[in-house]
Amino acid sequence: MTLPEGVAYREFDGAERLATRGTPAYGEPVVDGWRVWDAGRSKLGAMFDAGIDTGLSGSDGVLYLGAANGTTASHVADFARVVYAVEFAARPMDDLLDAAAARETLVPLLNDARQPDTYAHVVENGLDAVVQDVATRGQAQVALANRQFLADDGRLVAALKARSEDVTREPGAIFGDALAELREGYEVLDTRRLDPRHDDHLAVVARPR
Amino acid sequence: MSEGWFAGVEPDDPEAGAAAIRDGRADAPADWPGLAVEAGFADDSREYYARLRAAAIEAARTAAAERERADDRQAIHAVRAMDDAERTANELAERVAEWSASRYGESGTDVEYCRELVRRADAGGVAAEGPDASATAPTADGTPPTADGALAGLAARVVELDAEADRLRAFVEHTAGAVAPNLAALAGPVLGARLLALAGSLESLAKKPSGTIQVLGAEEALFAHLRGAAPSPKHGVVYTHEYVRSTRPEERGSAARALAGKLAIAARIDYYAGDRRPALERELDERIARIQARGDGSGGGTGATDGPESNGNDEGDGDDSGDRPADGRPPGDG
Repeated sequence: MTLPEGVAYREFDGAERLATRGTPAYGEPVVDGWRVWDAGRSKLGAMFDAGIDTGLSGSDGVLYLGAANGTTASHVADFARVVYAVEFAARPMDDLLDAAAARETLVPLLNDARQPDTYAHVVENGLDAVVQDVATRGQAQVALANRQFLADDGRLVAALKARSEDVTREPGAIFGDALAELREGYEVLDTRRLDPRHDDHLAVVARPR
Repeated sequence: MSEGWFAGVEPDDPEAGAAAIRDGRADAPADWPGLAVEAGFADDSREYYARLRAAAIEAARTAAAERERADDRQAIHAVRAMDDAERTANELAERVAEWSASRYGESGTDVEYCRELVRRADAGGVAAEGPDASATAPTADGTPPTADGALAGLAARVVELDAEADRLRAFVEHTAGAVAPNLAALAGPVLGARLLALAGSLESLAKKPSGTIQVLGAEEALFAHLRGAAPSPKHGVVYTHEYVRSTRPEERGSAARALAGKLAIAARIDYYAGDRRPALERELDERIARIQARGDGSGGGTGATDGPESNGNDEGDGDDSGDRPADGRPPGDG
């Protein structure tokens, strides 16, 4: 089983669904303290649901890039040791702050993931994972720029979004270019398309090299 | 060697910590929890994380609130105030011109002429009526007000009002760039702010179709068109954009439509994402270059019959179907 400790399938309304233990953050169903992690709303959730080995094991140190309103980051914070949640947009910050208020492990940062020097004085090195879900052009560059936070055996767990790079090109070609760029600093361990739950997204697990 | 955010911060002062998180930077990360405990900032890593989290939440909260305050409402108020100041300055400048023509027999209708009057009054020792002086009250030194003084005073107000409009413009440029960076980059900050004002908010602009953005500010012409009394307007305030104005009249509708399309995307990115996308500008540049190259005779063979008369057969650009508001008609926004 590749699920981290603290992530499990639980029964909700007769269906087995991915879940973590924590304070509900966005009105998701809760049974016995476990709250549903909706794989349709969360790319990382979809990766777990697809059986991808992310390398996350529980009690991890995580840098989360593109936390948005904290839906996925809150689940990660439920099982991680510490989650540095970076989000550049001010608008979703209210929700992210609410999620952080209920979680001792969640550290919100209003920063641009393309400029790691603006948070390198806060985020520690030697982390177990960089989880990346940023909707910006140059996603491979973002991953390379944030490699410095990872331990040697740490993992990049990224959801690359083709439409953020170029809406006119074929996603397969975009992913090929992005992976080639990633390999400048990473060894790619696994890739998987996340369709149909997340169209034109490629899940990537990689480790620094 | 870079320092961690906690350097020089009192452990029990989350606000100082928040400031250090917001303003600090480092070339590379380090084992901050370990270093902080070593430096006595916290007794153990548990305490360190608690202090870090408290400071980070404070930092994110204040930074987000600040960005929200520098928001679209401020840009809208400022651009309206700027327009009011400019319009009023121009109206008063005309009044000054009319009045001065009756005394000095010369004409000049703009703010520049008012500046000239003020200079002359200063040089000639005419006491301009200040804002404190009422029209009928004696001036500060007890002498009754003179027509020259009143006129010079009014001219001075015009000059000040014009300077105020400039200050407001600078503020609009700053604010529009902060609240809607992509829109401001594509439209220019002042036109961007005008579009925000016409739509009412960034949210409302982000939810408008590009066809609506294209004719924002031409509502009168649009409703005349809908009543069947006029051709559809080709453009509203987007007309003030150089890409529309610098395009030949026959292609202006196309340019306005292309511009509005990109502005709609820019507004949506600004509202929903917030990051800068320089690619948008490049796409717009290319699109406008293509439109402006149409039928100007340099099309290398294909352009020969591609004048405005060949309407309905727009070359190339796929999004030209459903060509509305239509090209090749006189501007409808009066």
